[in-house]
Amino acid sequence: MIVVDTGNHIAALAAKMAKPHVIAAYPITPQTTVVERLAQYVESGELNSEFIRVESEHSAMTACIGAAAVGARTFTATSSHGLLLMHEMLHWAALARLPIVMVNVNRAIGPGWNIWSDLNDSMAQRDTGWIQFYASSNQEIFDNVIQAYKIGEDERIRLPVMICYDGFILSHTSMPVEVPKQEEIDDFLNEYKSTWQLDINNPITHGNIVPPEPYLEIRYSMEKAMKEAKKVIEEVGEEFGRKFGREYRLVEEYRCDDADYVIVTMSALAAEAKIAVDRLRDKGNRIGLIKLRTYRPFPHEYLKYDKMIVIDRAFSPGLGGIIYSEMEMDGKEVYGFIAGLGGVDINYKDIEKMYEYAKKGKDGWYGIEVK
Amino acid sequence: MLKEIIFYGRGGQGAVTAANLLASAALKSGNRGVQAFPFFGAERRGAPVKAFARISNEEIFLRSQIKEPDIVVVLDTGIMDVIDVTAGLKKDGIILLNSYKKPVDFSFPYKVATVDATSIALKNDIRVGGIPVVNTPMVGALVRILNGVKLEALKEAIRERFGKIAEKNERAVEEAYNKVIL
Repeated sequence: MIVVDTGNHIAALAAKMAKPHVIAAYPITPQTTVVERLAQYVESGELNSEFIRVESEHSAMTACIGAAAVGARTFTATSSHGLLLMHEMLHWAALARLPIVMVNVNRAIGPGWNIWSDLNDSMAQRDTGWIQFYASSNQEIFDNVIQAYKIGEDERIRLPVMICYDGFILSHTSMPVEVPKQEEIDDFLNEYKSTWQLDINNPITHGNIVPPEPYLEIRYSMEKAMKEAKKVIEEVGEEFGRKFGREYRLVEEYRCDDADYVIVTMSALAAEAKIAVDRLRDKGNRIGLIKLRTYRPFPHEYLKYDKMIVIDRAFSPGLGGIIYSEMEMDGKEVYGFIAGLGGVDINYKDIEKMYEYAKKGKDGWYGIEVK
Repeated sequence: MLKEIIFYGRGGQGAVTAANLLASAALKSGNRGVQAFPFFGAERRGAPVKAFARISNEEIFLRSQIKEPDIVVVLDTGIMDVIDVTAGLKKDGIILLNSYKKPVDFSFPYKVATVDATSIALKNDIRVGGIPVVNTPMVGALVRILNGVKLEALKEAIRERFGKIAEKNERAVEEAYNKVIL
C-alpha cells in the first residue's frame, strides 16, 4: 500500500510495525509528531507497547536501556539538544551491547536558537558506538527503521542503531511511501532474543569495576562488531531488496561509472544532488554521486575515486566538514564544502556551483567563503 | 512535468491540510511524485502562513524550498497587503484567489482565477470556532486549474482524512470546482 505522509509519521508507523515492547520518549521540535503518533497508537490499542512517559531524554534512553536489559525490543526518538542530553547514556547502551533503535530528527544546536536541519547533533555522537543511518526520503526512513532492528539485533552485532533524517525537510514533508503488510514485516524481523538479560530468578551483577585488560577487550569486541556490521548491513539490505523490491547497501552509487568527479554527501542533500548530477551530465560533465547511507560504520571502501567533492551539513570547529575530515585523501583530490547549516536552503543549483568551484580548485564554507 | 504550488493563508485556515489533500489526490490520480510541506517555521493562528506542494509524474528528488511556483493559491486576499504573493511566480504562472470578485477586477500581470470559497464554506457549514475554513473549496478550484489531478481522487482523499465531516467538504470541493472563474 502507498501512503502519503510526513517523515515523522512514517517513522512512527515503521516503529509500530516492528512491534517494540517498550517505547520511552520525550518530545522535542521537530521530532514531536513521532512521539504523538506513537502515543496515539498505544492509546487506541493498535500497538501493544509499554509507553513510558519520562521527564527528560536522558531518562528516555535510561528507560530503554533498562527495558532492553530484560530482553525487550525498544524504540525512542529525539532531536538536537535532546540527543545531546542523552550522550552519556548513548555510550552506556552501546557498551552494554543493547540493540535499541532510535530515530534522531536532525536539528541545529543552539544558541543561537534554531530548529532547522543540521547534522551536527548526531554526527557529534559518532564515537558512542551507535550504528548511524541517514535517510534522503520518507521511504528510506521507513525501510531503515525496519532494517535497524534486524541489524542491531543480529547476534554478530548487538549494537544500538540510530536512524537520522533532516528536520522539517523530511520530518514535516509528506511524500509517498510504499508500506508492506504487517505479516511481511513480521516475517522479515525475527523474534528478538537477547544474549543476556536481567532476571530476578537468576540474579547477576552488572556495572562492576572492569580491570584494564578486560576493558580493552570489551572495546575491541565493539570495534569488531562495528566492522562486522558492514557485512550484516549489506546482507540485510539485500534480503530487504528480495522481499520488498528496494535493495540497500552501505552507500548508493549514482552515475559513478566513468565519472571524473564524484560528489559525496548524505541525508536530504543527497537527493537534491541527484538532480545536480543529471543536469551536469546533460551538459557533458562526467560526474556521479555517492550517497552515504551509513556514517558509522564509515564506508571508506566505496570512496576510492580520484576526484571527490564532499558536501557536509555539519562541521568540527578547528578542523572542517566532518565527512570531509574522515576521507582517505592519499593520492586523491578531495574538495570539501560546508553548506546548509541551521537549515540554510541548498538546492541543485548550489550543488552545481560547488562543482564549478571544485573544478577551479576552490572549496570552503558555501555562502560565505565561496558563493 | 513538475508543477510547484504555494498556498498563502493565515494560521488556522488549513493551508497545510490543503497542500496535503492535493498531494494525496495527485498520487491517487496516478502521479508518482508528490510532496506537501509547511513553511519551515513557527506558526500562529491568524499570522500569514505558507504551504507548498509539488506534483510530478516521476519521483521527486527536490528537497529544497519552492522559489519559482507555477501556481499560487491565496486563501485570504487580505494578506496581499503585506505579502507579495506573486514573488517568484513563473511568467506563465496562475494566481488562484479566494474572492467574490471576477479575475478582471484584479490587475496582476499573470493569469488570475477566482472562486468565492468563503461563501461556499459558509453555505456548507465548514467552520472551526465559527470561522469559515476555506481550504477544501480552494483545493477543489485548484484541481480544476491543474492538469492531472482528478476531482474524484480529491473527494477520496477527503473521505480518508476527514471521516464524519467528509461529506460537506466533498460537496464544497465539487461546488468550487464548478464555480471557479478562469
